[in-house]
Amino acid sequence: MNKIDILITGVGGQGTILAGKILGQLALNANLDVKMAETHGMAQRGGSVITHVRLGEKVYSPLIPLGAADFLLSFEQLETMRWLPYLRRGGTIIYHTRSLAPLPVLCKQMSYPAHIPEQLDALEVQVIPVTGENTPVEKNPRVLNITLLGVLSKHLPFKQEQWLEALENTVPPKFLDLNKEAFLAGQSL
Amino acid sequence: MKVILSGNEAIARGAYEAGVTVATAYPGTPSTEILENLATYPGVNCSWCPNEKVALEVAAGASLGGARVLVAMKHVGLNVAADPFMTLAYTGIEGGLILVCADDPGMFSSQNEQDNRYYARMAKVPMLEPADSEEARLMVKEALDISEKFDTPVLLRTTTRVSHSRSIVNVEDEPSRAIRPYSKKAAKYVMLPAFARLRHEEVEKRRKRLIDFATTHPMNIIEKGSSELGIITAGVSYHYAKEAFPEASFLKLGLSYPLSPELIKDFASQVKKIYMVEELEPLLENDIKAMGIKVHGKDLLPRTGELRPEIVAQGWQKNIWQGVNAPATEKLPGRPPLFCPGCGHRGALYTLKRLKLTVTGDIGCYTLGALPPLEAMDSCICMGASVGTAFGMEKADPSAWQKTVAVIGDSTFLHSGITALMDVVYNKGKTTVIILDNGTTAMTGHQDHPATGQTLQKEPTYAVDLEALVRSLGVSRVRVENPLQLDAFRQAVKEELSVPEPSVIIARYPCALKQRLQNEPPLVVKENCIGCKACLGIGCPALSLEETGPAEDQGLTVAIDEDICNGCNLCTQLCRYGALQPGEGKGETK
Ligand SMILES: Cc1ncc(C[n+]2csc(CCOP(=O)(O)OP(=O)(O)O)c2C)c(N)n1
Repeated sequence: MNKIDILITGVGGQGTILAGKILGQLALNANLDVKMAETHGMAQRGGSVITHVRLGEKVYSPLIPLGAADFLLSFEQLETMRWLPYLRRGGTIIYHTRSLAPLPVLCKQMSYPAHIPEQLDALEVQVIPVTGENTPVEKNPRVLNITLLGVLSKHLPFKQEQWLEALENTVPPKFLDLNKEAFLAGQSL
Repeated sequence: MKVILSGNEAIARGAYEAGVTVATAYPGTPSTEILENLATYPGVNCSWCPNEKVALEVAAGASLGGARVLVAMKHVGLNVAADPFMTLAYTGIEGGLILVCADDPGMFSSQNEQDNRYYARMAKVPMLEPADSEEARLMVKEALDISEKFDTPVLLRTTTRVSHSRSIVNVEDEPSRAIRPYSKKAAKYVMLPAFARLRHEEVEKRRKRLIDFATTHPMNIIEKGSSELGIITAGVSYHYAKEAFPEASFLKLGLSYPLSPELIKDFASQVKKIYMVEELEPLLENDIKAMGIKVHGKDLLPRTGELRPEIVAQGWQKNIWQGVNAPATEKLPGRPPLFCPGCGHRGALYTLKRLKLTVTGDIGCYTLGALPPLEAMDSCICMGASVGTAFGMEKADPSAWQKTVAVIGDSTFLHSGITALMDVVYNKGKTTVIILDNGTTAMTGHQDHPATGQTLQKEPTYAVDLEALVRSLGVSRVRVENPLQLDAFRQAVKEELSVPEPSVIIARYPCALKQRLQNEPPLVVKENCIGCKACLGIGCPALSLEETGPAEDQGLTVAIDEDICNGCNLCTQLCRYGALQPGEGKGETK
């Protein structure tokens, strides 16, 4: 299998680390090498966070080189724009269309960038917007990370059972059903 | 068995497998999870200490008592522990002792990016540098063996990208745990000058033996590739360089101090050019240049910030990765971290801003109050500095005490604020100190400390009485206030600033993220809102102005995001028009 680089971006508290852990487990179960790099500490308090995930036969750097990511999996529009330079030419963007205003916007010091979907569409890459409509995300924003993994799963060479097994290995039992439902909803979009 | 572990989890695993029975630390990103994880293994006595100096001293005692010991801290923590560390290098150890220090190149969560590899050189103590989680696990074991073999503490240096990256680890079996019996050796452990002189000679002999040891050490690896380019590197930089120059020859130093000239010269003779790939300071580079070997390094690579694969490639004029033509990102609104909804710090710092005070600050979540919109902090140097800094300003300008306050968190006060407050009292200061007591070490992820009443291993214990502690230092004006009651808090600050003696205000409100106390959100009465933005001055992420629409011809009015509002009612105290009215305070736990 060729190496796959996935950059997961979002806002502190949205679960980028858990999404990364599930991808890592998936790779481990498939006998692949995997490395991940995460944001911890101060930046987690509602700040911009990213998780690098790299899987393949042999992975060296835990950081994806700038301009090398195959996938940008983004939980928020503005963060999609911020981390776009990581995406390689011909890569794929899967992003949640909801916008979360950062402090400078809430305080009306700056405005939230306009026309993000149009700007993304203008790039020569595959763009997959996810609104979350008709998925468990509508009721529970916390499962957004898993739903987006469901969308991503259609682009990666793993079977559904492998994904569900990785979920079972990673998610606490009491949230497993909810998360499986969210994953399958994402997969069927 | 293969599992995925972060670097920090792997260090804990390695310590467990190596038979460590005592471990100490003070939290600090990126090192915190080491002890949090080790505490989950059976048979290891793990504790949070009030600061890093104490942690290392307890560790030194445990080693003297015959146990294998691990002590962990972030890079700046070793400054605090430097005093025992430098002399521990002379005494040596009984049970193996490993000091894990986690550097933070790039300053993701730190006030500086000092390069702790200097400490190995200063103390003449061997240093190992893992590049990923499996190496971290193995190097903990190796470090403890080296410690016992050479009678020395050993440094294991990680960086944020090692501590907080995950990769595959082979876990091994549980070890046997043996304690060496204690026997008195005063000439080795009592560092009087006469004894210390002898020990320093021993340290020098040890250093020379370690150089020989490094020559053939299996963690110093030569990977033969092209003879055109040789790369000398250590830690995670190895992986960046491997990504950028898969064809090159490599000398990867696992035991990165002391260096073996024999090994380096051997490698240098096999390649035409040498590229030193190391983060921060040119330490390996300078040592190797001093051996008379010509290398490139900091002439091509930055001396600040962390390295990344593309930086290593570009340093050697190589462009490998082709990104999309992304629109410029510099002008995008930033997303700085901020106080959580319901955080008591917000009320305290808002008050200090309104009173236009000079605020000497400290390190913790409350340091975020230096950022807009609060911008209520004038200085922040290191943990514990706020109190001394405020007192110093008062010495420079004798009227400063009336308009200056020190703010310091509860964990930070216990870490290193107490002695400075003692100085204020002893040297007749008039300083006002606000201890922001949220009942936890929040910034690093809610660790217990000596005033929380619980240990790292979740046992109930005595909780330091902050009021009594402060009084015992000689501060007679001590009061406890709720920082979210703005009027009363403001009054308290004004009163304490007006008296010419030291005072301490304990601003007590539990951390919102930890306690998850949840009241009803305020009631928004749209008709009353005139869009004055007074409420936005507190920087609460639950508050925003929304367009009410041209139909109503009203412009912007306040809105509350009920999903994230914590119902702390701070904003309702700022609204003079009745647009935000207190919600019901049931104090339910979410
Ligand atoms: C010497 C040193 N050790 C550790 C740290 C990491 N650190 C920064 S602030 C902090 C404690 C914060 O706790 P507290 O003072 O209670 O404030 P809070 O975050 O709870 O508001 C720690 C452990 C550091 N910066 N310097």
